[in-house]
Amino acid sequence: MNIQSKPRAMTRRQLLKNSAAAGSAFVVGAGYLAGADAAWATETSALEPRTMATLVQMARDIYPHDRVSDEYYVVAVKGYDTPEAAEEIEVGIAMLDGAARGKGHGSYLDIGWERERVDVLRQIEASPFFQKIRGGLVTGLYNQKAVWPIFGYEGESFSQGGYLDRGFDDITWL
Amino acid sequence: MAAPFELSDDSVVVVIGTGAGGGVLANELAQKGVSVVALEAGGRYLPEDYVNDEWEAFGQLSWLDARTTSGDWRVAKDFSGLPAWIVKAVGGTTTHWAGASLRFQPHEWKAATEYGPVQGASLLDWPIDAEEMDPWYDLAEKKLNVTRTHGNEGLPGNNNYKVFEAGAKALGYEQVHTGRMAINSADGDRQMCQQTGFCFQGCKWGAKWSAAYTDIPQGEATGNLEVRERAHVLRIEHSDDGLVNGVVYADADGNEHKQMARVVCVAGNSFESPRLLLNSATSMYPEGLANSSGQVGRNYMRHLTGSVYAVFDKPVKMWRGTTMAGIIQDESRHDPSRGFVGGYELETLSLGLPFMAAFLDPGAWGREFTSALDQYENMAGMWIVGEDMPQETNRVTLNHDVKDQYGMPVANVHYSDHPNDRAMRDHAFQQGAAVYDAVGATRTFPTPPYPSTHNLGTNRMSENARDGVVNKWGQTHDIKNLFVSDGSQFTTGAAENPTLTIVALAIRQADHLARELAAQSL
Ligand SMILES: Cc1cc2nc3c(=O)[nH]c(=O)nc-3n(C[C@H](O)[C@H](O)[C@H](O)COP(=O)(O)OP(=O)(O)OC[C@H]3O[C@@H](n4cnc5c(N)ncnc54)[C@H](O)[C@@H]3O)c2cc1C
Ligand code: SF4
Repeated sequence: MNIQSKPRAMTRRQLLKNSAAAGSAFVVGAGYLAGADAAWATETSALEPRTMATLVQMARDIYPHDRVSDEYYVVAVKGYDTPEAAEEIEVGIAMLDGAARGKGHGSYLDIGWERERVDVLRQIEASPFFQKIRGGLVTGLYNQKAVWPIFGYEGESFSQGGYLDRGFDDITWL
Repeated sequence: MAAPFELSDDSVVVVIGTGAGGGVLANELAQKGVSVVALEAGGRYLPEDYVNDEWEAFGQLSWLDARTTSGDWRVAKDFSGLPAWIVKAVGGTTTHWAGASLRFQPHEWKAATEYGPVQGASLLDWPIDAEEMDPWYDLAEKKLNVTRTHGNEGLPGNNNYKVFEAGAKALGYEQVHTGRMAINSADGDRQMCQQTGFCFQGCKWGAKWSAAYTDIPQGEATGNLEVRERAHVLRIEHSDDGLVNGVVYADADGNEHKQMARVVCVAGNSFESPRLLLNSATSMYPEGLANSSGQVGRNYMRHLTGSVYAVFDKPVKMWRGTTMAGIIQDESRHDPSRGFVGGYELETLSLGLPFMAAFLDPGAWGREFTSALDQYENMAGMWIVGEDMPQETNRVTLNHDVKDQYGMPVANVHYSDHPNDRAMRDHAFQQGAAVYDAVGATRTFPTPPYPSTHNLGTNRMSENARDGVVNKWGQTHDIKNLFVSDGSQFTTGAAENPTLTIVALAIRQADHLARELAAQSL
């Protein structure tokens, strides 16, 4: 019999470790904030810090969850902070800023209201850049085990014996 | 362990694929003393290998070789390279299936007669009927140990079921229960379901039937079955007399071998089976094997599907417990007064957060979408399984512009909804939402079909050779020692999840094959 060894899940810690191993000195701290004011807080290896901050804001505007703090959005897009990916991202963010200026704003990060940022995103929605960022977030954000508890999702249950004795039918309000 | 057979041994039956069709056929033949070599493209994985993690499990076992898509179905836009969720492993998709095991209703074997002409549909009656299939269904239900059959208890209802049941009853539905599931509700040959809730990722308790850890090892134990894993069949070859004589496959290292055969049975699921027949074209069979009718690859069906999710003001925690143990059968009847022919089943369904994000409304973004996910804990869900119309133009063809890792043209899967499919789906969306509204849903979501899990009909069974690819035994009309043994045989799809029928047909085919082999007529 030839049982293949199973691929291991990427935990958030591993993701961070891997991005560190890939040459990034990026550190996630509690209460970390992205956005214009906090651009300094992002240590990047290949991207301009402001590009990273814009990307994180863009990620939040695409999939806004008010109870999910910025660190998870940072992890979700951190994979683009590599020499191979950086150019495409810089070009894409420049396009985003261009679209913001077209609507009379200084830059994407200068826009105060989410509604107005979304208007700008709608303009570039069909672009490969937008679709790449959005598509990547579907797994980059929602497949981080650390965000699951924020949504109430409990994840793996086999090691705890399933839910047979742990509330598979515990609904009370019906 | 099974005795290995020589490549040159031309007395063996070769089965291609080890899923619901091939895995069962291989075991049943082995039990009857027939020598079988089963060739499986995927590797071997058992409950200890399965993982309670949606994306990781998907990456571990799914068929990810290239495929292309066309047609107006939304899958072609949102998941253009992934028309289906099919498993590539010993045991095939029975590792990831949910276990819902329903018989066809009697009228569904005769859709052309019962429904009458439907414009644009290539409806045809099966050359078999409910009476003929009854004893084979009995055997299949016993093999799979299906709940609510042969004295087995039903499974207990989980949270998702309780919401579904309360809504269904409030609406006046009567045929509502926790389903007929190939999942043990009590300890037996398999363990009882522990309600872990990862049925789609492979059951780590072995409570759910899968050929991977039932039929395959049972067949191997006879010494008559050799399962060769990581053996990807590239083409089927024939002799000058037109009969097939063996298959060429690539092993794990990409080296090609030819396994000789007395009979070849194709069971690679409804994309790979027709693709293999088409890729085996020769000067004698320029349109591919068994394709004198031109029907190979046509009439692809996938059930119309769709889901309804709903948000409530209080928690449901739908992911806890069995993924699909809940059904409403009242809408599965044929009742054209609803504006369509055929019917549909409503079944409970839960996705974890990662898959919910990918499938609730593919491509959507912004607050309308994320505010739904914010309520994930308060969500309930159901799936629609309805009969879709066979159409000649919905088909699997070879895409000569895209080659797989062995240089073979890949399958292009073309699908467009029939107006009957749309009418039925709209009806089901409404009824599904009404079920949840009846118990206080604050918001409901008519969710479009996922990549297909039920893939049917691309080598369909027909009375007349001109209308289809195989006869009532799954034997190709054109080549008497070439058989089709999977869901691609389906003449029509009926409203029921297909696997119990695939298994019943495989048991019946094994019985027929063993008799024909003994009588030296093959
Ligand atoms: C998530 C999910 C849930 C499901 N739930 C249900 C359910 O509740 N009830 C139900 O009835 N059905 C369900 N299904 C569908 C069910 O799994 C399939 O209908 C059934 O497994 C199909 O059987 P098959 O023999 O046609 O193909 P499969 O079981 O897919 O087996 C085909 C096998 O052939 C192999 N193969 C293909 N090409 C080659 C080649 N060239 N060489 C060698 N090997 C090859 C594949 O690797 C695979 O192992 C579900 C499916 C999925 C994905
Ligand atoms: S819920 Fe039951 S059948 Fe499903 S994976 Fe868990 S133990 Fe297996």
